[in-house]
Amino acid sequence: MPRAHVYGDHVDTDVIIPARYLNTADPAELARHCMEDIDADFVKRVRPGDIVFAGENFGCGSSREHAPVALRASGVAAVVAASFARIFYRNALNVGLAILECPEMVGHVRMGDEVEVDPTTGRISNLTTGESWTARPFPAFIQGIIEQGGLIPYTKAKLATPDREAGHV
Amino acid sequence: MGMTQSQKILARHADLANVAAGDLIEAQLDLVLGNDVTGPPAIEVFRQTGAKRVFDPGRVLLTPSHFAPNKDIKSAEHCRRMRDFAAAEALEHYYELGEERAGIEHVIVPELGLAAPGDLIIGADSHTCTDGALAAFATGVGSTDLGCAMATGSTWFRVPEALAVELVGEPAPWITGKDVILELIRRIGVDGALYASLEFQGESVAALSMTDRLTICNMGIEAGAKNAIMPADQVALDWLKQHAPARYAAGDYVIEAADPDASYRRRVRIDLGALEPVVAWPSLPANGRSVSASAAENIAIGQVVIGSCTNGRYADLALAARLLRGRRVARGLRCLVIPGAQSVWNRLLADGLMQDFVAAGCIVSPPTCGPCLGGHMGVLAAGETCVSTTNRNFVGRMGHPESKVWLAGVPVAVASAVTGRLTGPVQAELDPAAFSELRAATAGAGREGSSPAAKGVQ
Repeated sequence: MPRAHVYGDHVDTDVIIPARYLNTADPAELARHCMEDIDADFVKRVRPGDIVFAGENFGCGSSREHAPVALRASGVAAVVAASFARIFYRNALNVGLAILECPEMVGHVRMGDEVEVDPTTGRISNLTTGESWTARPFPAFIQGIIEQGGLIPYTKAKLATPDREAGHV
Repeated sequence: MGMTQSQKILARHADLANVAAGDLIEAQLDLVLGNDVTGPPAIEVFRQTGAKRVFDPGRVLLTPSHFAPNKDIKSAEHCRRMRDFAAAEALEHYYELGEERAGIEHVIVPELGLAAPGDLIIGADSHTCTDGALAAFATGVGSTDLGCAMATGSTWFRVPEALAVELVGEPAPWITGKDVILELIRRIGVDGALYASLEFQGESVAALSMTDRLTICNMGIEAGAKNAIMPADQVALDWLKQHAPARYAAGDYVIEAADPDASYRRRVRIDLGALEPVVAWPSLPANGRSVSASAAENIAIGQVVIGSCTNGRYADLALAARLLRGRRVARGLRCLVIPGAQSVWNRLLADGLMQDFVAAGCIVSPPTCGPCLGGHMGVLAAGETCVSTTNRNFVGRMGHPESKVWLAGVPVAVASAVTGRLTGPVQAELDPAAFSELRAATAGAGREGSSPAAKGVQ
């Protein structure tokens, strides 16, 4: 069963993946140092499918896409936070890391709790306490990018129809 | 409902008469940029899109800034991939280390006249918001967004709401742009402008030099802002005239101002006359305290860094040099001076200011982001302390997670360098006449006495 890894507000991308490792973009190598400066045991503890929970402004700071890449490559299936920093939000969508915005869960999930998250429905359950919540839905356009498989398929479609490059989407 | 300055720029680039906060739009871009950390993954994404060429080789800027000069073999491979791509795509704005036009992206883009009022710019670097000082809409993105934008010249945006920041009052002694932005972040927090624009307004904006404006907009991201923007006033136009004379002469820019009935999420007013230099304590840019309260803690400092995309422009370093003149860096302290662009380095040498750094016992590096992100050229050990004119003091930002960083403007950095303690320019008895003289020479066009010669100091 997936476990929760729980952090506070303003988890910045420098602690998610310190810049001293940005001389590579290899996901497996980045995963070896994920969360190193905030939680040295994270890489030893994390199992595929686990969920990261955090407070406000998760992923603030640097634009490094290496941060969601490192989380995904370390096995994290989704990040649930009260809010996300905006560049991290875009990057997570682009690299296929599920993110769910849900301020209601803050304070109700503890490190190591058994949890279940369904990114499609937005359902977040703490199986240890029996509580559950529903994340804020994505706008239809963004849901569409997620369903297409990220920004690259969206861009390929755009290149095929160059007239559709401005306006509301 | 009226639009904000930022919304107007987005609307025009989306061919729309009107947009509102929350709208999702597709917009055409004037400039896209990246560096040696974010560029190589973006190049891989670009290839995956199947695009044959970049959308416009004159509108894609790549620069080796973060781990350059190459700090190790892996960094060298990244820089080489970027260099090869720039050559294959015949990118107009790729400059090799040592070239006059090379440097950190957020220093060279304004210097090269590549940002103008009304432009829409994205960059795979969070500090791309710097270019808002030129009244452009500029925002940071990741590598995938950059790679796709290199292919199409367009991207999607969620139209942001905005905070209005009103600057009033004559700046108090020793106040620079760095103090203004650290004070703002102290007040609203590191997520105070999350997803929103920071729009600077008020009677005191006109008197701010372009250097101060660039520093202020640079750190908008540290309040979570999507973009930070200054008015398209005389200072912006004077800058454009000097740095992009052809665009200026052709009228190739658009002056946008917020509608009178534009609505703002929040209004913040900062009285520059009531400020004391601000120091952001570890480990958040929002942990601002006055320099006098900070000095009272009697913190011993091991390293001072003066430079970066935040404070590595000519006027920043000219001020540092003048304040260091006749003084010595404290024994046992390293003072690293890092001009943000080769043009800045060359000009400091030509003006004789390099001599002030050398005589004071500073070490002057080539332009690089280096120590700001704990990359190279000044990484901190466990327990080490640093006063830095850079932009982030997160845990482990400049090196070991147990090192500590205090963020400040140039006067506090110099004061700390010469005393070996976290302290301010008054406490360190720096020369107030030198500061006033340089501030007068670089003041905005809104102030009397702004001469063409003085503007050259920016």
